[in-house]
Amino acid sequence: MTGANSFSVSGYGPRRAGWTRVFARDSLARRLDWPILLAALALSAIGSVLVFSATRNRTEINQGDPYYFLLRHILNTGIGFALMIGTVWIGHRTLRTAVPLLYGASVFLILMVLTPLGTTVNGAHSWIVLGGGFSLQPSEFVKITIILGMAMLLAARVDAGDKPYPDHRTVLQALGLAAVPMLIVMLMPDLGSVMVMVIIVLGVLLASGASNRWVFGLLGAGAAGAIAMWQLHVLDEYQIARFAAFANPSLDPAGVGYNTNQARIAIGSGGLTGAGLFHGSQTTGQFVPEQQTDFVFTVAGEELGFVGAILIVLLLGVVLWRACRIARETTELYGTIVAAGIVAWFAFQSFENIGMTLGIMPVTGLPLPFVSYGGSSMFSVWVAVGLLQSIRVQRPMSA
Amino acid sequence: MTNIPETGRTPRVQIRLVVIQILVLSLLGTLGGRLWYLQIREGDEYAKEASGNHVQQVVDPAVRGSILDARGVPLADNETRLVVSASRTDLLKMKDDGKAVLAKLAGVLGMTPKEVTEKVRLCDAKTPQPCWNGSPYQPIPITDEATAKQALQIRERAEDFPGITAEPQAVRRYAAPGKANTAQVLGYLSPVTDEEITKAQDTDSPYLRSDQVGRSGLERQYDKELRGKAGVTRYEVDNLGRVIGQAEADAAQPGSNLVTSIDARVQRVAEYELHQAMKTARKQFDKITGENYKADSGAVVVMEAKTGRIVSMASAPTYDPNAWVGGISAKDYKRLTGKDSNYPLLNRAIQGQSAPGSTFKVVSTAAAVEAGYEWDGGYPCTSSYSVGGQVFKNFEGENFGPISLGRALEVSCDTVFYGLADREWKKDGGINPKKGEPKDYFYKAAHQFGLGKETGVDLPNEVTGRIPDRRWKEAYWKANKDSWCKTGKKNGSYVEKIAYENCLEGNKMREGDSINYSIGQGDTLVTPIQEAMIYGALANGGTEYVPTIGKAIVSADGKTVKEIKPKVKARLPISPATHKGMDKALAGVVTSGTAAWKFQGWPQDKIELHAKTGTAEVYGKQTTSWLATYSKDYTIVMTISQAGTGSGASGEAVRNIYSALYGVQADGSIDHKKALLPTPQKTLPKIKADGSIAIPKIAKDPAKELRPGKKGVTQPGGQQVPGTAPTATTANQNTRRRRRGKGSRRMLT
Repeated sequence: MTGANSFSVSGYGPRRAGWTRVFARDSLARRLDWPILLAALALSAIGSVLVFSATRNRTEINQGDPYYFLLRHILNTGIGFALMIGTVWIGHRTLRTAVPLLYGASVFLILMVLTPLGTTVNGAHSWIVLGGGFSLQPSEFVKITIILGMAMLLAARVDAGDKPYPDHRTVLQALGLAAVPMLIVMLMPDLGSVMVMVIIVLGVLLASGASNRWVFGLLGAGAAGAIAMWQLHVLDEYQIARFAAFANPSLDPAGVGYNTNQARIAIGSGGLTGAGLFHGSQTTGQFVPEQQTDFVFTVAGEELGFVGAILIVLLLGVVLWRACRIARETTELYGTIVAAGIVAWFAFQSFENIGMTLGIMPVTGLPLPFVSYGGSSMFSVWVAVGLLQSIRVQRPMSA
Repeated sequence: MTNIPETGRTPRVQIRLVVIQILVLSLLGTLGGRLWYLQIREGDEYAKEASGNHVQQVVDPAVRGSILDARGVPLADNETRLVVSASRTDLLKMKDDGKAVLAKLAGVLGMTPKEVTEKVRLCDAKTPQPCWNGSPYQPIPITDEATAKQALQIRERAEDFPGITAEPQAVRRYAAPGKANTAQVLGYLSPVTDEEITKAQDTDSPYLRSDQVGRSGLERQYDKELRGKAGVTRYEVDNLGRVIGQAEADAAQPGSNLVTSIDARVQRVAEYELHQAMKTARKQFDKITGENYKADSGAVVVMEAKTGRIVSMASAPTYDPNAWVGGISAKDYKRLTGKDSNYPLLNRAIQGQSAPGSTFKVVSTAAAVEAGYEWDGGYPCTSSYSVGGQVFKNFEGENFGPISLGRALEVSCDTVFYGLADREWKKDGGINPKKGEPKDYFYKAAHQFGLGKETGVDLPNEVTGRIPDRRWKEAYWKANKDSWCKTGKKNGSYVEKIAYENCLEGNKMREGDSINYSIGQGDTLVTPIQEAMIYGALANGGTEYVPTIGKAIVSADGKTVKEIKPKVKARLPISPATHKGMDKALAGVVTSGTAAWKFQGWPQDKIELHAKTGTAEVYGKQTTSWLATYSKDYTIVMTISQAGTGSGASGEAVRNIYSALYGVQADGSIDHKKALLPTPQKTLPKIKADGSIAIPKIAKDPAKELRPGKKGVTQPGGQQVPGTAPTATTANQNTRRRRRGKGSRRMLT
């Protein structure tokens, strides 16, 4: 049955693809997951307003043009949207064949970061400057290729009908595939991205149906590793303090503690309805650092208040809820694993990003999907949306 | 979770997907809950914090008002120093955080760039001095000793020195015009304490950390008026302290000027004469103790008789009040307050108290008249007066036979007053009077004269003096009887015997107490200011005025003038006839009485002087000299501790002060041109709208100039009006700070 399905769609694929396919009745447009698309667009729109509010006065970074970041954010969203369309067009199954290439390319890119081509931003050596004000953060794309690569390996034999679950060898292979880029990212060091990748790996393993032993084993290994790092003083005192400062800002009052404190003041002072767009004193006074990227949520908290902030959380909820449904409803394990990986990624990254501004998670440099300023992040999340749509579109028209 | 598709999908995956979904939901729920907690529950708290975050205050200190003498000569004013300061907020706006500007500034000021950068860095736990300890929003002073040339370089090229200001700033200065020190009257300033800052925080005039507060003298008494009101500007700032908007601004209001009734010239003469009198006394041999007089301290008060205004007030030993400016050094502080210092900070005119001796007899005379004794009755002035085996001697054993009250006052006959006081004591019931019976005329009179409590002079920490009446005796006995009864011995030393007697009946008014009291001995204590108040009242016909130094408070621009009017305190309890008699008797003291030998050749027909001398005995010390005098305009009281008799120690000095006031020459002629103040100064000095004051001429040293026969460098011509003073005009022509302080700058040099 899966085989037939797969055949029927890809059979239409290359030759008859095109606008006909999009406009055909009961076809693509009907099968798209509109809630995800609309929620993602709404988040991007809110994001551009927030980015504008955060940057219009920051003359030292916006080159004297208050619209500098706004325009770029809109451009990024547009490119991201195009990438999504391209992804749907190509289809996740076609992409499956290109996974080795994509994986290899992304690993190559993050290796480039470690060469002198890479640039350090905020302590993480994770950027490649392209010139003209553009730069690339390859670790964002690695998240996708890890999902795709692991899904390809784990689903191969199950989707072929050979086995009900991936066997140990396959799981090991998949873990190895994820481990290589994760180690490189850890060297940057970009601990935030590594954390996201760990969660992605966990989500992927869970969805693949891999033995419970792997899941719990991985969790246990993670915990043991963390304890060992702490006990064996692998990290310096200040690194631990910085990590713990989210809960107790006085541990690092000039550094992370300052960020945490100011972010919390910004959000808390918003109250129910906020100070009004462009009227937040914390935002205007630039008390919160990195406000257009990692701390963009504080702008919403201060200027739009509880109403605006909860709207963002709800919109993210819509994306995640629909993504979960897609994971559940698709018939082939490959699609399920990809969707579940994206859910794990979006969910954790959103929780971590908003959580750190609220002082319940440690401060790391992670963008808020769709909302934060940043091309690489924007492109990768929209590609992910394209993957979700593709999975949704290509599921059997059963039921 | 419901529709497991017919894909042959195993339930394991499906269940795990549901678990993922639930986890995702709970994460979102956590965020929602936390948002509610921060924004709704704690929202107000954070809103408050946010507003504190972005509003910063910059306080512009008010210039302290000057203290002027009656003619406008500044006794305390502000010296202008050129202070170069840097605004951190401006520097941080530059690309290199202002490094280039500071380096350039270092070149101008002749400092190294390192020195300058160290001065503007903020202090924290890791930064050693030098560093800036104050608010980062306050301009940080780099030097307060910039020359006019340096200031000009900075101001003329303002575009090359963004964020750098070179402004004159006011520093308190006690100018001592004409060498009139006036230290204890002026008082001093010292830095504000943390406690005071906290207390004044929310008032309309908060203190700055750099503020100085008046600690004694006029600086303290009129601190509020002199201090003015600091200007507060509230800025909205961003995270780097860069100003993004000005919220509110209250301009600084400079402090008002205090015009006093002190005349700097007379003040100098009084200080000089007191000093000379003490120096002379130290050369005199004291027969009783067998050594020269110590003359360790003294005070003189010159008061307008008809208003109670103080023309001069001097206390010795004295000090230079400029020692306090810019923070007193530990060494100076020890010198001024240490055990061996003899406490020069004390204003002995209001804080020194001693037995008044015979100057008290005006009170006793008034009491006798009140008690019904005839003015012209014949009271025996014997050479001694014996009571129960105790012999009270007349001063130097003189015997005048029966005399009138007036004559007794004039010749200062102790035995007359012994007799009267003793009779009254007996009339009141002796040692055990009936309750409510004793009339206590002699004690009542003292209270009516205003003794035993503060005069109310406008200076802080005035002492009360003491009238040893029954109430005081009772209280004093209660406080001390335990130690008296412990140390007292019936047949011990003098002190032990006294303690023994005090233990037994120290709470009672004994015969000897009353007798001693009548001539101002024993436990009676008065202050020079009290004496001045009493003799001033005798001069003006019987009205006691509250002594005042402040004459008017004039705003910095001279527009509002709040006059401090003379205040009547009491009427002396004497009839016009008694007053006339006393007046005549006291004039007699000058012409033929105890002070006559010091006033020979005085033009008494033109300027009638009245005086009463006093020589008070203090157990274990040399006698305290008192001389209380008055003319029709002034009263002068001088006292010197351990200096012998009143006329002997102070006669010449007091006469010299009168000579200076009225222009009396050595030969007794009067040179009106040389008179410093033949009638009290009535008009207030003019303060112009720009704050400048027309300062009258003052000699370099009025005391030397007036002393005939003594060489003094006289310098005719005073100072010019400050508004046109040419000094330091290069900098900051228009600031308000300049026009004060500048005026009398060269007066000293």
